[in-house]
Amino acid sequence: MAERSPTAAPGGPFLSVESTTGSDGSAAREASSISLKGIRKEYPGGVVALESVDLDIRAGEFFTLLGPSGCGKTTLLRMLAGLDEPSAGTLSIGGVDVTDTPPHKRSVNTVFQSYALFPHLSVRDNIAFGLKMRGMARAEREQKVVEIAGFIKLGSLVDRRVDQLSGGQRQRIALARALICEPDVLLLDEPLSALDAGLRSQLQVELLRTQKRLGMTFVFVTHDQEEAMVMSDRIAVLNDGIIQQLGTPQEVYERPANLFVARFMGHDNLFPITARAGMTVTTPIGSLETEDHHEGKVALIRPETLELTSPGAPSVEPGKQLNTLMCRVVERFYRGSNVEYRLSHQNDEQHSELIAEISNTGERLFRVGDEVKVEIYPEDVIMLGDDEEGA
Amino acid sequence: MSQVDVVWRRRRRRETRHLLISVLPGALWIFIFLVLPSAYLMSVAFMTNGGFGQPQMPLTLDAFRNLAGFGFLGWSPGNLYTLWRSIFQSLISLGLVVLVAYPIAWYISMCRPRLRAIMLLAVVVPSWTNQVIRAFGWMNLLSPGTPLSTLAEKMGLIAPNMGLFPSDFAVTLGLVYNFLPFMVLPLYAAFEKLDHAQIEAARDLYASPLRTFFVAVLPQTLPGLLAGSVLVAIPAFGMYVIPELLGGGRSQMLGNLVASQFGEAANWPLGAAGALLMLLATLLGLVILRRLGRRLGGGTEMVI
Repeated sequence: MAERSPTAAPGGPFLSVESTTGSDGSAAREASSISLKGIRKEYPGGVVALESVDLDIRAGEFFTLLGPSGCGKTTLLRMLAGLDEPSAGTLSIGGVDVTDTPPHKRSVNTVFQSYALFPHLSVRDNIAFGLKMRGMARAEREQKVVEIAGFIKLGSLVDRRVDQLSGGQRQRIALARALICEPDVLLLDEPLSALDAGLRSQLQVELLRTQKRLGMTFVFVTHDQEEAMVMSDRIAVLNDGIIQQLGTPQEVYERPANLFVARFMGHDNLFPITARAGMTVTTPIGSLETEDHHEGKVALIRPETLELTSPGAPSVEPGKQLNTLMCRVVERFYRGSNVEYRLSHQNDEQHSELIAEISNTGERLFRVGDEVKVEIYPEDVIMLGDDEEGA
Repeated sequence: MSQVDVVWRRRRRRETRHLLISVLPGALWIFIFLVLPSAYLMSVAFMTNGGFGQPQMPLTLDAFRNLAGFGFLGWSPGNLYTLWRSIFQSLISLGLVVLVAYPIAWYISMCRPRLRAIMLLAVVVPSWTNQVIRAFGWMNLLSPGTPLSTLAEKMGLIAPNMGLFPSDFAVTLGLVYNFLPFMVLPLYAAFEKLDHAQIEAARDLYASPLRTFFVAVLPQTLPGLLAGSVLVAIPAFGMYVIPELLGGGRSQMLGNLVASQFGEAANWPLGAAGALLMLLATLLGLVILRRLGRRLGGGTEMVI
C-alpha cells in the first residue's frame, strides 16, 4: 500500500481510507513517530512537572499517557503540540527536531478537553479553520469538509451553530476539525471525560476505529485506566512527572511494575511481604508459593485469578500445588456478568481482606457469611517493587 | 362573563395600579429634569436671537443656518471645521485608546489576582482627580521650553518655540489619557472571561500569532471593545474641558462652540442648535455601534 505524505494530493477521498486500511493496522504513515529525549519541565518557583522523560512513540500507534491529575501527562501532551516549552531535552516528530518549532508550524493537531470550538464561527467554518489558515482555496476546503463529514458521519451537524450542539456532537466536531488537517500526529486531551458513560463508550469505539482506519499516530491523555486499556496499543503510566511503566495494556495490568501502577490499575489484593525463603513468601494471609523470581516488597494477587469453592470440595486442579486459604464472605456485589466477593481472612491474630471477582457461569453463588476455600495459583502471586524502582 | 374572568381582570387592574405607583416618582423626575429642559432647549433652537442674546419669537431656522456657517458676512466654514474636528478627534482618540488599552487589559488579566486589583486601581485612580487639574498637568509637560517640547523641536516635529501645547496634538493626547480607563475596564472584564483554550486551538490549527488575535481574542473581547467604544467616543465627541484648555482656542470642538454661544457669544438659539446636532450625532453613533455589535455578535445584543 502507498505511503501518504501529510500533504496528500488534494481532492481525493479523505486520506484514501480504503487503501490505507491494513488488517494489522500497519497503515502508518512514515513521518509520524515521536521521540522524546530527556524532556524536563520545571515551572518558575521550582515545581517540577516532568523529570527527564525519555519516550519513543511508534508511527501509527494509539499511545496513551495515563496517570492521576498533576502527574504531568497534560504537560507532556502540550509540549507535543508546542503549547508548552520543555525546560530541557529534545523532542522530534518523524525524525525532525521540533523542540523550538511554534505550534502553528507543527503538523500536529489537538482535540482539546473543552473542545475549544470557535463560538462565532459556524460548524463548517470551525472544521475548515485549519485548512483556511494553511491557505487552501475555499472550494477545496468545502470539498474536504464534505469528505470528513462523511468519514466521521456528522450528517447535518455541519449546518448547525456551535451553541446548538450537545457535548458528544461538539466532541466529534473537534475531532473533525483536527483530523481534516491530516496531521502527522493527533493529540487528544481527555476528549471523552465530559461525556456520560453510554456516549463515552460509543465514542471510544468510534475513535479507535477512526485511528485504525487512518493509521495515524494518536497520543491520548486520560486518567481512566479502563479507557486507557480499551483504547491503547501501549500505555505509559505517569506519576510525579516520571514514567512508572511503559507497556501494552496487558503488561501494565497483569504485571504492574510497582505498587503505584498496581493501585492505579485498580488492584486491591496487595499484601506486604515480611519474609522470603526460596519461592515461598510470608504475608499477612499466610505463606504463599510463587513462581515470580523478582525481588519484591508486596505481593499482588489479581481478584479474577482467585478460585472459590466450598470448604469440602476437591482442589480445582488436583495435580498441582496451589495456595489454599479459608475465608468468610463479608459482602457480595452482583454485577450480572461477574460477581465480586469481599472476603475476610483470619490468620492467628491478623485479619486481612481479599477481593475475588468470579465470572458468573450460572452456578450457585456464595452467600454473605458462607465459609469458602480460596485457591491461588503460584504463578498468580506477583512480586511488586517500590515506586522508585519503576520505569 | 364568567366568574373566573372577573377575578382575573380585577387582579390585573390591581397589578397595573401597583406598577404605575412604583414607576411614578422616577418617571416624574425624568420628566421634570430631563424631558422638559430638553424640550425647552430644542424649542430654543428654532427661535430667533434677540438683540440682547435672549431667545425670542418668531420661530425660524436661522440658528441652523448660522450653524451651517451662514452669518452676516456670508458663508464661512468655521463651524463645519469645528464639527469635523469633533468627529475626527473622537475617532482618532478612540483608535489610539483601543491600541493602548488592549495590551494593558490583557496584561492585567494575566497578573496574579492580588496584583490585578492594584493595577486596575492604578488605571482608575487618575480619573478621580479633577479633569481641569489633569489638563493643567499636561500643559506643564507640553508647554514651549519643556523637555518634551524641546525634544520634538530637535526632531523637527514642530516649529521652533511653538511647544507641543497648545495644539490639536495636545487635545488628542488629553483625550486618550482621559478616556483610557473607560476602555481598559470593559476590556479587562472581557479578558477575564477569555477562554484560553480557543487561543491555543487557533495556534494549534496553524494560525499565526496575529491571526490568532483576530480569530480567537477579538471575537471574545468584542463586547468589551464595543462597550468601551461607547464610553469613549460619545463623551469625547462632546468634550469641553480638554479642547478648551489644551487646544488654546485653536482646536475648538462642538462642545466649546455650544458653550461659547450660551456664554460670551450670547446666541442661545445657535447654542441650542449645536446641542441638538450633538444629540443627533450621538444617537447616530450609538445606532451604528449597535448595528455593528449585532452583526459581529451573530444576532446577540452587545451594545446597551
